Amino acid sequence: MESPALANSPISAVGKKAIFVVRELGRLAIFLLRGVYHIFYFPFQFQKLLEQLYFIGMKSMLVIILTASFTGMVLGFQGYYTLVQFGSEGVLGTMVALTLIRELGPVLTAIMITGRAGSAMAAEIGIMRISEQIDALETMNINSIRYLFSPRLAAAVISFPLLTALFDAIGIFGGYLSGCLLLGINPGIYFYRVEASVVMEDINGGFIKAMVFAIVVVTICCYQGYYTHLRKTGFGAKGVSFATTSAVVISSVLILATDYVLTSFLM
Amino acid sequence: MAEPLIQFQDVHKSFGDNHVLQGIDLEIYRGEITSIIGKSGDGKSVLLKHIIGLIEQDEGVILFEGKPISKMKKAERRQLKEKFAYMFQETALFDSLTVFENIGLPLREKTSMPKKKITEKVREKMNQLDLEKIDHVYPSQLSGGMKKRVALARALVTDPEIILFDEPTTGLDPVRKNAVHSMISDYQKRFGFTGVVVSHEIPDIFYISQRVAMLNEGRIVFQGTAEEIRRSPNLTVQQFIQGLESRHDALTGLIPQTQGERRFREEMARMQDHLSAFSIILLTVENLYEINKMAGYEAEQAALKNFADKVRSHLRVTDICSRLGLNKIMLLLPRTNQDEAKDLCRDLADKMKSDGLVDIQAFPGFCFSVSAGIAEAEQEKPIEQLVAAAESSKNVFYEFKVC
Repeated sequence: MESPALANSPISAVGKKAIFVVRELGRLAIFLLRGVYHIFYFPFQFQKLLEQLYFIGMKSMLVIILTASFTGMVLGFQGYYTLVQFGSEGVLGTMVALTLIRELGPVLTAIMITGRAGSAMAAEIGIMRISEQIDALETMNINSIRYLFSPRLAAAVISFPLLTALFDAIGIFGGYLSGCLLLGINPGIYFYRVEASVVMEDINGGFIKAMVFAIVVVTICCYQGYYTHLRKTGFGAKGVSFATTSAVVISSVLILATDYVLTSFLM
Repeated sequence: MAEPLIQFQDVHKSFGDNHVLQGIDLEIYRGEITSIIGKSGDGKSVLLKHIIGLIEQDEGVILFEGKPISKMKKAERRQLKEKFAYMFQETALFDSLTVFENIGLPLREKTSMPKKKITEKVREKMNQLDLEKIDHVYPSQLSGGMKKRVALARALVTDPEIILFDEPTTGLDPVRKNAVHSMISDYQKRFGFTGVVVSHEIPDIFYISQRVAMLNEGRIVFQGTAEEIRRSPNLTVQQFIQGLESRHDALTGLIPQTQGERRFREEMARMQDHLSAFSIILLTVENLYEINKMAGYEAEQAALKNFADKVRSHLRVTDICSRLGLNKIMLLLPRTNQDEAKDLCRDLADKMKSDGLVDIQAFPGFCFSVSAGIAEAEQEKPIEQLVAAAESSKNVFYEFKVC
């Protein structure tokens, strides 16, 4: 039996926190593994996968198109004014394309989908948890992780790279709009530079990032919703609101952190 | 006695410092409805969730057909779960699915039934529970009573062997409350499932339960039949039942059974002191289920309510009228011997027949078929025997129709 003095000591507090973090990470890892396992477990959930592809992929297109075109246009402007100082505005195409394909495409796509679909997942699953709908699934002998998480995970892994590709293409076109149409760079040179500088590894690297981000975003968002009831701060509706906030914040930070790690490996 | 289907042996459960279940011993038998009553916050729902494995006990054993559930293998547990259905207190309907999808979900996810068959089965359940024309409606667009019925349909659609009901009638008005009870009882008789009902509805829940268990401060303080709990000398049990039992039956406005029995004891004492005879008439509405077939459970309960109102309005001031069961009403007639009671009963039947009961006439051509049994009280004869005597005389004595 531990003595009360020991239980309240700072060391004990640190220990408790550490145990909490380890437990949480363990639960997260098991959650992810079970989700992955059930993607491949027969019978496959095609209909739910299609629904989620529509929700995560199709419905995110508008926001991706808008973000990508403005990002590309800004890159065109900024790149032009920087490059023109060195008289090398001709390589604007290289700059815009590589920046987008290697970094901004996957990262901004992931962050935008986190805001649009990730928050929705956390809130939806969180509400299902607090209104006992997840318990209801369990009482019907329906595996709730399989039912709720697996189709979302599979759909994200498919749709993130596709949306990233869309982001890249639109972004490059945005750079063309500002760089060529507004600032007068020769379009031929712009697109020649794009074609000449981008190699397959860049594109592959971007896709790998997109897939990793997909796993990070969906796992964090679904996990936050799924375990809303275990939160120590806030119950019920407030719990769901905290879960949604945490889902978006943690996902966004992790996207940037993972991006750094992946970039260092891929470079 | 038969082996219990589900048995709790010294089950404990705590949430942090809150020791909710403090050694539960409980038996649930096959094919019966067992009600679990007790104060709010005493852990009734927690107890129910242990049965289906939503919560695991800290100590103790829960046996299913004599086998500890915690020692079952995963596949075995999965098989076991398939025998159960659970109706949640707040219904727990999937709010992003339509009513039709909600009811069909267990079939769609857990069986390889073809789509057409699922549609058929869901539609059949919806028809049985008066849920027509709401296929594409979402749960949030439904009233409380409808939601409960959808939840009941979802629980019944897989034809489970055991159904756990967590306060199935909370928040419903008396007619709907009784409709849900009558639905549960009716389905139980038809399909023979084992039911466990957590409820506050006293005495209504007694009408449909074969066994009642009372949970108090984390322990089962009583288990037995509804009759036994009424007569239990345990003070906690009596205080609880009397505390919850309102002065009038919420549906019919009649006095509830326990109060009827108290009045019976008073009359018995008066009979002994003054040698004044008294009798009872037991009215049984025999064809209530026909209204159910025509217009559903709620209409059935509403009709019973109207019928009870009529009976009450034709009684003498001193007569006492109490509800004895789902379709039984007991009239206690002080200072009346058996012959006078017979006259009175005939009189009552005539009056009710000639009344042209407009409110009941919602179903043209429908007549209540009422049988009346009469018995006169005798010294030292307890109420159960008197009711039994009235019950057995009802076939020979009197039957009348009220249209």
